[in-house]
Amino acid sequence: MSEDLIKLTNLTFSWGEKVILSDINLSVRRGSVVAIMGPSGVGKTTVLRLITGQLIPVTGTVEVDGKCVSSMSHKNLYKMRRNIGVLLQNGALFTDLDVFENVAVPVREHTNLPEALIRRLVLIKLQAVGLRGAVELMPSELSGGMARRVALARASVLDPALMLYDEPLAGLDPIGASTILRLIRDTNDAMEMTSVVITHSVEDMMELADYAYIIASKGIVGQGTPAELRQNTDPRILQFLNGEIDGPVPFHYPATNIHSDLLG
Amino acid sequence: MTAPNSTMQPLLKPLAMLGRSLLFFVQILGSSKLGLRQLRAILDQLYFIGARSLVIIMICGFFVGMVLTLQSYVELSKFGATDSVGAVLALSLFRELGPVLTALLFSGRAGTSIAAEIGLMKATEQLSAMELMAIDPVQRVVVPRFIAGVISLPLLAILFNLLALAGGATYALYIMGIDSGVFWGNMVASVEFQSDFMMSFWKSVAFGVITSFIAVFSGYFTTPTGDGIGRATTQTVVVSAVAVLIVDFLITALMTWN
Repeated sequence: MSEDLIKLTNLTFSWGEKVILSDINLSVRRGSVVAIMGPSGVGKTTVLRLITGQLIPVTGTVEVDGKCVSSMSHKNLYKMRRNIGVLLQNGALFTDLDVFENVAVPVREHTNLPEALIRRLVLIKLQAVGLRGAVELMPSELSGGMARRVALARASVLDPALMLYDEPLAGLDPIGASTILRLIRDTNDAMEMTSVVITHSVEDMMELADYAYIIASKGIVGQGTPAELRQNTDPRILQFLNGEIDGPVPFHYPATNIHSDLLG
Repeated sequence: MTAPNSTMQPLLKPLAMLGRSLLFFVQILGSSKLGLRQLRAILDQLYFIGARSLVIIMICGFFVGMVLTLQSYVELSKFGATDSVGAVLALSLFRELGPVLTALLFSGRAGTSIAAEIGLMKATEQLSAMELMAIDPVQRVVVPRFIAGVISLPLLAILFNLLALAGGATYALYIMGIDSGVFWGNMVASVEFQSDFMMSFWKSVAFGVITSFIAVFSGYFTTPTGDGIGRATTQTVVVSAVAVLIVDFLITALMTWN
């Protein structure tokens, strides 16, 4: 069994003519929490969708647990996804189901467990995210942080080997953010999972992640442990880590000369 | 590969849309596995789509019957043929108005609701979340709504016809004072089960397939934004209305060929 659970090799992806990612090489070791960071719009979520097989690379390969995702049949892709939990940015809870039923969906769909066992399993997962008391609430009654925690319980209810988080901290207050961070780490370590966190929240990820990649300018511009990244002197990495307004990633979107635009 | 000729360009988008519709229709048929879970989902949708359309169908049916009787009575009285009001009412309802008006009302009430619901699920990434949980969104979301629509529309059309007959009879018997024996007798003598009642039934089945498919298609392939959902609901009503009227003509022409 390979040490790496995920491996992206020489991967290029484009939307039509527009190249989003070019020649990406990335690997995720089993049992680790890996952060994929970078400015908005550089293709971080695209990486997540490539790993889950929702997108197919133009060139290169995506391997999960030694199997090439991009060449999988529809049936095998769905089989692989049963072993992956994904927390989407807004939680994506089913609005017509209450909290209990939302968490129970994967269990009902993929197992034939008796109702009593499903109930226990769901309640254990909700207890882990601190929301056992909210089983009867509808998604519209939850705050953003609570919805994210319910979604986390749903994503991990079948104890997947791999958890993928897409911007798990976006829009959360400090309490909500630190709760989610703790849950990511605890879930990963307690269940012996592997976690990939897509984010642009630098400080939080430098605390949480075992290893991090920084994506910018269509490729990986830096990688390493948080300590190694802090020592890096690449201006693209420094701009991102320090949150500088202007730099290799320009403040202004490309435009014509301002004088000709304003003064004719 | 060379770029398509500019004269061909306007044809490409509708052709691509047609191809996508056919593939989606095949996908829906392929995903229609009637397990216990899907049957339960279909029953839920029968309630939301069918049962919740009952009130609008019944009210509209009753008043359509009344106005049809009133208009027929005014014209037929010029020829001294008011005895035929019942026959005219039944024939117009069974052959055309019943299935067509039910389909138009259905697409406005249930079709828009289906398109908006699926569109919103797409915009809030619920469909994407299903795919990521290895749950086929077509099987789970689209198929129950499509099948429930196909089952609901013929039943609603039958109810519409019954209420329209009741409305027409109320007006003819109690307001116009037409003899009930003449009214019902002429109606029964004029309506044939195979050519009239069954035509109504088969038309409503065809309209059920068309309006339900347009609703799920519009919702599933909408741009996942507020504007996109708005366009999907409008498209559902407009395309359904046009398609229903075209198919109505084709079925009528086919069934009255001889």
